[in-house]
Amino acid sequence: MLNSFRNIFNSRKSWTIPYVIFAAIFVVLPLFLIVLYAFMDDAGRFTFGNFTKFFLHPEAVNTFVYSIGVAIVTTVLCIIFGYPAAYILTRMKMKYADTIVMLFILPMWVNILIRTLATVALFDFVSIPLGEEALIFGMVYNFIPFMIYPIYNTLKKLDSSYIEAAEDLGATPFQIFYKVIVPLSMPGVVSGILMVFMPTISTFAISELLTMNNIKLFGTTIQENINNSLWNYGAALSLIMLFLIGATTLFASDDKDNDEGGGLW
Amino acid sequence: MVKKILAHGYLWLLLLLLYSPIIIIMIYSFTEAKVLGNWSGFSTKLYTSLFATGTHHSLANALINTITIGIIAATVSTLLGTITAIGAYSLRPGSRKVFSFVNNIPILNGDIIIGISLFLLFVSWGISQGYITVVLAHITFCTPYVVLSVLPRLKQMNPNIYEAALDLGATPMQALRKVIVPEILPGMISGFILAFTLSIDDFAVTVFTIGNEGLETLSTYIYSDARKGGLTPELRPLSTIIFIAVLVLLIIINRRAGKKKEA
Repeated sequence: MLNSFRNIFNSRKSWTIPYVIFAAIFVVLPLFLIVLYAFMDDAGRFTFGNFTKFFLHPEAVNTFVYSIGVAIVTTVLCIIFGYPAAYILTRMKMKYADTIVMLFILPMWVNILIRTLATVALFDFVSIPLGEEALIFGMVYNFIPFMIYPIYNTLKKLDSSYIEAAEDLGATPFQIFYKVIVPLSMPGVVSGILMVFMPTISTFAISELLTMNNIKLFGTTIQENINNSLWNYGAALSLIMLFLIGATTLFASDDKDNDEGGGLW
Repeated sequence: MVKKILAHGYLWLLLLLLYSPIIIIMIYSFTEAKVLGNWSGFSTKLYTSLFATGTHHSLANALINTITIGIIAATVSTLLGTITAIGAYSLRPGSRKVFSFVNNIPILNGDIIIGISLFLLFVSWGISQGYITVVLAHITFCTPYVVLSVLPRLKQMNPNIYEAALDLGATPMQALRKVIVPEILPGMISGFILAFTLSIDDFAVTVFTIGNEGLETLSTYIYSDARKGGLTPELRPLSTIIFIAVLVLLIIINRRAGKKKEA
């Protein structure tokens, strides 16, 4: 008895057991609850009603589509502004570059809501109206570090002999960039997309604060329904978002088989 | 040369944009005006009233809650995540794939999904929400990040030194404590820092698991404040202090890391 206990303890595989149990209760089971609640009405009977309610409700569908649009625009802008920054960083001396990378991450230690409110104050200051532009600018501002860091990490590890080979074979600097550097840095871009697109699509408080409640994103719709005790409808909306997140992940993992892509840390 | 100046200029411009809201908070922490953006003369009154006992009881409570929740969640998830990573490292490739899939769920799921799913869990079990549910929720989304920061360290480690320790007569526990832990310690530390950061910055998960017994963290406090129309002015000096503290801490860590590299 004692011996078999010791065997279990010595086999380090079993060390995953506490977390597997924890994750089963707090990660997997709650997701099943979302599915369960989504297909239930108030009285606990099976129904598709929550989904038909969503699709028959143009305002909710519009918010959903609009949120996807905002998330796509934010992600694209983060790539446009973040990629050059990451590229410039890799051309610098390591020590200097690491300091600047840290400077990019540092603002994340200031509470996200305070930063957002300060952004609002900034917009007031230079009299930018609190509308769509403010929303997108605020989102890009909040999430661009998540784009720069993974791209920087992949570019840093890029084997320079590829670039030299391309040079030897007569490629122009422009060709080297488009045909060698960009394709090889794709894993970083993909993790950047995941890290920007996912939080943007599910954000709620930020959009409220940035636009003074003028623009509603899908996250806010979900939160309002949960707050108003419409749990089943809220769960159905969450499930729809969950599908979107799942689809994005699958799409991204398609061409990202290595987990060396470089997350934020 | 021109290219270099342009490139560096671009980076500094981006940084300036990124920091301008924080700079605004810092500047306006030295004036008394209620509304952020109004300047009513230089004053350090907000700083003194932040530290004067009793004036901002609820803000102080929210701050204490945020920090204690952060420390508990980060400590538990660092221990749990480290044990799990050591276990996951010795899994067979097949089971490791399943494991990393489960581990990735909380990372890829939006905060709001984690928040709502846990909310439904607590509600359907009839657990009243408060401090403990928030801590559990934070452990849930922090642990996977700790696992991810410890695992690479294990992969880099030479597996033979563990075997060597056993051959030299160390018990598995001793080998773990004296061989494996020192090797993965940097991963554990960065996992802890990351977990603490995620915890104190979290809003979306907290708001769904905090219940309505009047418990507040900094994030929920700011949110309800902002919804009421104005930000408590004392939040400006508080954010300034937090930011400076983190800045100083990072500089110290960086210096020490730099020295180690040189040595």
